[in-house]
Amino acid sequence: MKGFTEIGILKRIGLKLIIAVSFTAVIIIGVYSYFNIKSQNDVLLGEVERHANQLSETVKNSMRYSMLLNQREHIQETISTIGIDPTIRDVRILNKEGEIIYSTKQTEIGNMLDKKAESCYACHAENKPLEKLPIKDRTRIFKLHPDSTRIMGIVNPIYNEKSCSTSECHAHPEEATVLGVLDVSISLNSIDNQLTRNQIRVFWFAVISVIALGFIIGFFVKRWVDTPAKELIKATNEVALGNLNYVIKDIGNDELGYLAKSFNNMIKKLDETRLQLVQSDKMASLGRLAAGVAHEINNPLTGVLTYSSFLLKRAKDNPQMQEDLNVIVRETMRSREIVKGLLDFARQSTPKKSLVEINEIIKRAITVVNNQLKYGKINLVTELNNQLPKVTADANQIQQVFLNLLLNAIDAIGTEGGSLNIKTNLTNLSPKGNTQIKSAVCTKNHNLIYKEFKIGGVPSIHLKIKSNGNEGFINLDPTYGNNRHFFGINLAKNSTISLNCPTCDISLIDKNEKCPECGGPVYKITIPNQGYLMGCASFNDRWQQWEFIDRGGDRQFVEIIIKDSGCGIPQENISKLFEPFFSTKGQKGTGLGLAIVWGIIDNHNGSIDVNSELGKGTAFSIKLPLA
Amino acid sequence: MKEEFDILIVDDEQVVIDSVKRICGINNYRVDFALDAEKALDKISMQRYRIIICDIMMPGMDGFQFLDEIHNRNIDTPVIITSGYSTIENAVKSLYSGALDFIPKPFTFDEIISVIKRCLKYRDLTNPSSNKSNTIMHVPCPAKYFRLGYSCWVNPFHDGSVYIGATDIFIKTLENIKSLEYLENDTTINQAEPLIKIISEDGTVNQLYSAISGRIIESNHKLLTDITLLEKDPYFAGWFYRIIPNQLEYEMSMLTPCSSDR
Repeated sequence: MKGFTEIGILKRIGLKLIIAVSFTAVIIIGVYSYFNIKSQNDVLLGEVERHANQLSETVKNSMRYSMLLNQREHIQETISTIGIDPTIRDVRILNKEGEIIYSTKQTEIGNMLDKKAESCYACHAENKPLEKLPIKDRTRIFKLHPDSTRIMGIVNPIYNEKSCSTSECHAHPEEATVLGVLDVSISLNSIDNQLTRNQIRVFWFAVISVIALGFIIGFFVKRWVDTPAKELIKATNEVALGNLNYVIKDIGNDELGYLAKSFNNMIKKLDETRLQLVQSDKMASLGRLAAGVAHEINNPLTGVLTYSSFLLKRAKDNPQMQEDLNVIVRETMRSREIVKGLLDFARQSTPKKSLVEINEIIKRAITVVNNQLKYGKINLVTELNNQLPKVTADANQIQQVFLNLLLNAIDAIGTEGGSLNIKTNLTNLSPKGNTQIKSAVCTKNHNLIYKEFKIGGVPSIHLKIKSNGNEGFINLDPTYGNNRHFFGINLAKNSTISLNCPTCDISLIDKNEKCPECGGPVYKITIPNQGYLMGCASFNDRWQQWEFIDRGGDRQFVEIIIKDSGCGIPQENISKLFEPFFSTKGQKGTGLGLAIVWGIIDNHNGSIDVNSELGKGTAFSIKLPLA
Repeated sequence: MKEEFDILIVDDEQVVIDSVKRICGINNYRVDFALDAEKALDKISMQRYRIIICDIMMPGMDGFQFLDEIHNRNIDTPVIITSGYSTIENAVKSLYSGALDFIPKPFTFDEIISVIKRCLKYRDLTNPSSNKSNTIMHVPCPAKYFRLGYSCWVNPFHDGSVYIGATDIFIKTLENIKSLEYLENDTTINQAEPLIKIISEDGTVNQLYSAISGRIIESNHKLLTDITLLEKDPYFAGWFYRIIPNQLEYEMSMLTPCSSDR
């Protein structure tokens, strides 16, 4: 399995998130800045344009009188004075023919301008010159050559007036409309500088934002995703290696935290189920073994015990020998008790069941240990549910279970005193995963239950399977809804399969039914007296339906919890707890108590779980099915 | 002329046969043996035996089938069943199937001797053709009573508890009862588990197996002061315990109603 650190750097969630968020941030900042700078540019240019027009109009007006009087030196003087302002590049007046008459640059005076020159272009773009020029069109922005700063030019036509043609100088004919042009150029250098500064600022803002976002996201991803994910992966690896006791420490309340909690829960359930399954198998084979061993050992023991006890009788006048023989008799008797214990444990007989009151049995078991509770200074608290229905069970065996558990609890509490809680209540559990399919036949009534192959300790349902020309066997999980099927042949994904009775080869696929989940084919197996079991015949689909059982709804169980405040059981011992001959009591116990408990509960189709915390106590929870 | 043996041992284990033979040799019992049930049946048809000790698990016919066969052939020889697979079920089933007694393996010298003695006595008491002269009439147990095998009776009392005691014939198979060893009150016992130890003058300890399971609530300690009550009135004044049964209905199916004795 791939470790967390082996995930390529580019495949990590953190980096992906950082790239995605940074990209978004860059786009947002870019678009925002574009419009921001553009509007800034427009506002600034508008302001300059307004200012330039005003200036141009002021210059024209201030020179009107001088022009009427034809005071040429005065006009030139005024223009030169205005041109001192550093933002004003030049001011010049052209006559109708394009000759520069006045200019801030004295050297230009007398030069002729082409109609294509910037100052003339506004009016002379068309072949026929315009006579009126609206204020908006008077300004233009241009560069003298590509590297120079931008310049704004304003042309302001000087119109003919009556007094121009009627004045003494008679300088202008009456029919001319435009006498010349006032051309003012303003350098946009400062505005451009400001815009460039803004652009640089935006660029740095974007860079810093992206870096900061990267770090912040990186930090939180590490904290909220990386660390929990690492923990989860470590846990799955531990579980894959077989450590079903691994518990993920609390990693918060977010989705991953819940995932971790549900993971812990899953592993706990898995562990419990595994324990029950392993135990179920072990008990069954151990039971047979024990019966065989007991029988075999008891015969030779008969020889030892009869001869030694007989010798003991004859050795009445030999105290030394009597003493030795006594040891043999005593120890043989002890062996007899051990074998008897083994037999009690292995009792394979079906329990003698009748309708019993669980609460009554508990009370009876309590009276038996009452004295021990008193001597042990144990505070007994019972919360028995009065509404409990009767359970079909072997009263004796169930009482034995409670007695064993109570005695264990008393031993666990020791001499220091403590408390013992016994609680009964009614719980509901779904039939799925809790109901055994004990018999199954094909439509021709051939048995499909196969004792040679067990799943979860129970004989499986054995069918013939054909897929793409391959033929073999499949063993269906006999626990309804558990789907731990065993496939005897390899199946390609999405391949079509057919299921047949191994005896008569009749098809078990029901052509009238379709899987409600994937639409695939459905197998239908007859459960004698209990309707039909249907399931999806597609490899990957887990759909199963057993209407007869589903109709009954959730099954009811009587739950009995016996909880002590004793020393607790170390985690590593929990799995061995129900194994025969596992004992922590040394000489005191045979190590069969809990194995017997387990066997009895299993015989009643019930289940038993343990929860224990070292130093705090242990709780045994037993669930017995109603009816 | 038929030779008469005291005991026939049926067991597939030589060591068990040897042990029993050795013990019986002390008391000068004449002992024969068979290694399986078929051979035993052959021998029974040829010879006369006073009692039979039979194992349950044997190749071929097992102990229960042997009991049935004995019953079918109207052979009234008492049978003691013994087994290494000594579960309560086997004990109850043996007694219900007609065995006179059940003794789990392994047993001590005293245990097997007390059972053998009792059974031989029973044989003498119930077999009029026996050449022993001390044949005694015994009182059958009252009609409303039930019994497990021939030894232990129960009398269901109207309040749900039951009285439990030993049958007259069982008492008569014991020689000179000296004392009783009761279980404590509040003890829970199972069907076919030892209920009381009845000790004879010669120190023989006789176990009475309980006919039912339940919790002992009262013991009849009067018997300790007047042991003769037991012999005089075994069905009424001679009761041992009052018990609250925990699965009377089920266990009744393994008991024989005393009304069938008449």
